[in-house]
Amino acid sequence: MYFDLIIAGFGGQGVMFIGNLLAHAAMLEDRKVTYMPVYGVEMRGGTANCTIVVSDEDIGSPNITNPIVSIVMNKPSLVKFGPRVKEDGLLLVNSSLIKPDEVEVKGPEIMMVPSIELAAEAGNDRLANMIFLGVLLGKTEVVSLETLKQALIETSGSTNEELLAINTRAIERGAAFGRTGS
Amino acid sequence: MKQVFKRPDCLVDIPFHFCPGCHHGIIHRVVAEVLDEFNLREKAIIAASVGCSVFMYDYFDMDVIEAPHGRAAAVATGVKRARPDNFVFTYQGDGDLAAIGTAEIIHAANRSEKVTVFFVNNTIYGMTGGQMAPTTMIGQLSTTTPRGRDPQEAGHPIHMAELLATLAGTAYSARVAVNNVKNLMKAKKATKQAVRAQLDKKGLGFVEYLSTCPTNWKMTPEKANRRIAEELIPIFPLGVFKEEQAPAEAGVG
Amino acid sequence: MEKKRKKALVKGNEAVAMGAIEAGCRFYFGYPITPQNEIPEYMSAHLPEVGGTFIQAESEIASINMLLGACSTGARAMTSSSSPGISLKQEGLSYMAGSEIPGVVVNMSRSGPGLGGISPSQGDYFQATRGGGHGDYRVLVLAPDSVQECYDLTMLAFDMSDKYTNPVLVLGDAMLGQMKEPLEFKKYQPKKFEKKWALTGAKGRKAQFLKSLYLDDGELTVHNWNLFAKYKRMKEDIRYEALFLDEARLVVVAFGSMARVLKSSVKMAQDEGLKVGLIRPITLFPYPAEFIRETSLQVKNFLAMELNTGQMVEDVRLSVEPGTQVDFFGLPPGSLPAPDVFLKEIKKVYPE
Repeated sequence: MYFDLIIAGFGGQGVMFIGNLLAHAAMLEDRKVTYMPVYGVEMRGGTANCTIVVSDEDIGSPNITNPIVSIVMNKPSLVKFGPRVKEDGLLLVNSSLIKPDEVEVKGPEIMMVPSIELAAEAGNDRLANMIFLGVLLGKTEVVSLETLKQALIETSGSTNEELLAINTRAIERGAAFGRTGS
Repeated sequence: MKQVFKRPDCLVDIPFHFCPGCHHGIIHRVVAEVLDEFNLREKAIIAASVGCSVFMYDYFDMDVIEAPHGRAAAVATGVKRARPDNFVFTYQGDGDLAAIGTAEIIHAANRSEKVTVFFVNNTIYGMTGGQMAPTTMIGQLSTTTPRGRDPQEAGHPIHMAELLATLAGTAYSARVAVNNVKNLMKAKKATKQAVRAQLDKKGLGFVEYLSTCPTNWKMTPEKANRRIAEELIPIFPLGVFKEEQAPAEAGVG
Repeated sequence: MEKKRKKALVKGNEAVAMGAIEAGCRFYFGYPITPQNEIPEYMSAHLPEVGGTFIQAESEIASINMLLGACSTGARAMTSSSSPGISLKQEGLSYMAGSEIPGVVVNMSRSGPGLGGISPSQGDYFQATRGGGHGDYRVLVLAPDSVQECYDLTMLAFDMSDKYTNPVLVLGDAMLGQMKEPLEFKKYQPKKFEKKWALTGAKGRKAQFLKSLYLDDGELTVHNWNLFAKYKRMKEDIRYEALFLDEARLVVVAFGSMARVLKSSVKMAQDEGLKVGLIRPITLFPYPAEFIRETSLQVKNFLAMELNTGQMVEDVRLSVEPGTQVDFFGLPPGSLPAPDVFLKEIKKVYPE
């Protein structure tokens, strides 16, 4: 098993949070995993991004040029990472902020995700990032939903039932969208 | 027969290398006598400095760590934090403490480090051959102020005892001289207080000793000794500038 | 909470701090600088829990001298910083080496010169492996390439430091400091180090001192030769990793973050049928020169790859047998290294 992913967006969209969560879940499933946040000038105003590699074997580079999957939560991230996704890969686009005709990427499967609207449906429109995580689970089998929930409990250090429930609802809503496209 | 004068236990029985008329030897003795009184020889760890005081490990019969130039207060901090039950002190000259080591002494004092600092101010760099020190007097000749120290070009003599007294972490700060018996008695008293500041965990204890440097002042020992009273004390007044009665910060340390 | 588990997903910087505490480090002195701030932050939170002391010093200079002081008493202590801060620590490192005082220093390097940037860089290789400060001395240098090694090698650094009564440097960069991987906690196995030299007060023994000043005729000559002999003894602790050396026609030599990325590049080359091996020095000083020499008896083409304009390549060239071709590819700091970029460079020099 080998999987890699770049998640990108504005600082504040929770890009690093879901990257970290996914990496933590992969660890709980006893996989090798690297999580590589990109800091620097890009943190201010531009894009924030992180790269996650999950594998059953020892991982070499934690940094990759052409990911299998990329989640782009804003336009600059689409421009930067969209064209880099592998031909047979998957590009998840935040259609709450990016119009379909703005996506000029050829090759990978493209899925437009109305993340903010879906998050609102799940109970909190600020959980767009969790929607994406759910979509990823609906489209791939990188980790199980159960593990992800456990990772959420462990990384948030919270036992606030309500908080966990609303995040779980967002992930589940995203997963359903990933499976069915609606 | 009762012995009335002997070498302090804290000092090794060898002659000092200091120049004739230099006050370092007297100040060494004052410090050693006070440490004897508190029975600290076996507990003491010295952070030695760079300058004329560099050979402390030859004279003091105690454990000594050599600090890089100016860094004694930081080294002493590391020693004291690792060995809080030991008695830790530095002995530094004016170039070492008040120029290159200014940051280290100010922040050690500000952190209220439980260390004692003996500071020798002879208004000149002795070991390197008489260059201007941060404490050099206005108009004083040195090998790097050949026309005398001009404050517009080279700054003013820095007053460390007063400066450190402004910091909350300084438990005791005084300036003394050893140019006559009366001042010597006061110097010894101040030295005791600076030692107590550490033993009582009040904070940093600091004593500034005005000292001669006949060689680099280009004076006879007698004239150099007179200069202390005539020129230095009017600019560097003697006295206690800070004396903390209670621990600097309740509940800490 | 993390400590009770067997595994945790942590940054390289956190792993360094965890390894230090596990190895008995009880004193930490530091000054903030990116990209290593997680080390002092972790230490400030967790050292007090084990009865240790954390000081945020007024400067890197003060930090290294606090380290010098604490370690002179025989305590285990550490400081960490990043390139410009490590430059400031060189004076203290030189004194510690000269006075034979142990101590662990971590450089999660920035990229220079000057303020440079915070992207991964290996521009501090010369500074790390040639002593770094004034005088003819060396520090043992350990270069991790994973979060696990950040932990393991920091623990090892304390043992090496005590074994040789010499500072030990752990050299990483922004990639290693910031990336997260599962870290498997290991129990530190304490080793006995007699520290008769430690300054604890002259009670029941003669007064002693630690110093680097030697003014008597010939004294310093003897001292320097003694230090040199110690640095030679360090060779028994040389470490390296070797991959795909059987039948290799080209051997890539790289360390730290660069080696980590190259593990993918070399694998990609292997998948394409290219016989490319990798040697990753883990101790940068002492350098695995003898192993590289032995390898060069079999393989005639070497490629040194670094995140700088060419530093470690000099050690490769000094190590190989005459007649060995040593090429170099350097990527100065400014962007993240990626394996496909390096694969192209490997192919350029692969012998036909």
